[in-house]
Amino acid sequence: MAYAAGVDVGSTQTKAVIIDEDRNIVARSLTDTGANVIRAAEQAFHEALQAGDLREEEVEYVVGTGYGRYKVTFGNTQVTEISCHGRGAVHMFPESRTVVDMGGQDTKAISVSPTGEIVDFCMNDKCAAGTGRFLGAASSALDIPLDELGPTALRGEKAVKISTTCTVFAESEVLSWLGKGKKIEDILLGVHQSIAGRSTGLLRRVGIHEQVTFTGGVARNVAMVDALNRSLGLTVNVSDDSHYMGALGAALFALDHILAARAPARQDA
Amino acid sequence: MSYTVGIDVGSTYTKAVILRHDQAIVGRTMLPTGFKLTEIAERVQQDALADAGLTPDDAVYVVATGFGRHQVSNADVKVTDITAAARGTTLLFPGTQTILDVGGQTMKASRLGDGAKVKSFRLNDKCAAGTGAFLEKTARYMGYSTEEIGPLVATSKEAITISGVCAVFAESEVINHLSQGVAPADIMHGAIVSLVGRSVQLMKRVRMEPEFTLIGGILRFRRMVDVIRKELGTDVNVPEGDLVQFTSALGAAVLGHRRLAQLAAKGSEAAS
Repeated sequence: MAYAAGVDVGSTQTKAVIIDEDRNIVARSLTDTGANVIRAAEQAFHEALQAGDLREEEVEYVVGTGYGRYKVTFGNTQVTEISCHGRGAVHMFPESRTVVDMGGQDTKAISVSPTGEIVDFCMNDKCAAGTGRFLGAASSALDIPLDELGPTALRGEKAVKISTTCTVFAESEVLSWLGKGKKIEDILLGVHQSIAGRSTGLLRRVGIHEQVTFTGGVARNVAMVDALNRSLGLTVNVSDDSHYMGALGAALFALDHILAARAPARQDA
Repeated sequence: MSYTVGIDVGSTYTKAVILRHDQAIVGRTMLPTGFKLTEIAERVQQDALADAGLTPDDAVYVVATGFGRHQVSNADVKVTDITAAARGTTLLFPGTQTILDVGGQTMKASRLGDGAKVKSFRLNDKCAAGTGAFLEKTARYMGYSTEEIGPLVATSKEAITISGVCAVFAESEVINHLSQGVAPADIMHGAIVSLVGRSVQLMKRVRMEPEFTLIGGILRFRRMVDVIRKELGTDVNVPEGDLVQFTSALGAAVLGHRRLAQLAAKGSEAAS
């Protein structure tokens, strides 16, 4: 049995996925990217090997992706995270035609073909508004851990309308609403709606075609899934492995290389 | 003898100026705005009156300006920051044609016509990269406070290029430069150059003409003034010392006296 790996070096976290020849995920791992990007990539890969009880030699091909993909020094090649998220999403949910990937510093809207190829994409490359950083700002302003933002927001009943676009100003707006006596859950509900609204705008630019699959770290946030569903007027696909979708896509590309290298040999036989 | 109060509730600081009828500033105070605007406005006024050796009864007219002007409970009238800045600036520099006002969370450019009338203005309060917050964030990423920006950047010999499209994305850029051994002073200098680039763009949109007057809290950093002067290729006016931060509050107080004069004229008309 041959194995293929994908390592997704994101702005905030680095993810690694190992799959077998039948495209089953056999191991996954997650680590903070931090300042030493090369080490984060190595660490994620080795932790995935350990989790899958595999030796490095058993993994025949490694594809790096994410903003730090060129720091995956042990990787055989690199593929952009857009291609990887598209590929991963279509693998998990074959009916996916639109993918929204929400990460720590950017949000991407991707339109994909039935085979997982990229038709069009759009991202916020100039401004951090409407990205995971907006949640980070709210988290530090309200002193609530990131993981608790979603569950807290879900308890909100009357969303506070967040008027700020800029992530930097959002922090002071959140505090000023708190000063005006608004409930934390209502403020957070407003924060989630604001991000969902901006993501919907981004998705409209590539065209929203069902099914929509939500990937990236922020897809683990229940309130964001809910806000996105309401904003889009449909139910987005979310996998338990949403966070690993880029790494999974990279691993699938890696497996393509392994199988392609074998194909002529098979013909000879 | 009559006194007016000009109070400017800004995004970062709240300023009050007490102005005598002969246009002499007799008191001024500044405190961080925080989130309780009505209370801070009251406190700043009390402190400014105390600074002038006056009691609240001496202040016959109160004019509020700044983003939090509607929260000033005792204001007789409220004016926009643009109007107040124009009044304050022309009192200090009567020849002013173009004003650049850079605050903690805003940037404004105005073009003046005759009699301190604002012909056109543009503002940015949507994106932190085009405001003082950009410098504050850059400083914080490197472990410096806002007050340390001035002394830090004074030691810089050469600015490093900072893209300045987004104050959030700047963090990774700053960290990158630091890890490559670039001096924090040169990074700070680069952030100032980037902010000045944005300032000049905003001034172009109001069809800038000399004389230029620069006001707002961010202009207390001398390096900011130097870079703008170099960029414009002409000399610029800057109110002396901390007056650079009080210009809009001063303008509000000037408008208070104008209003008093108008009311007095109306009163004598009615009497005759």
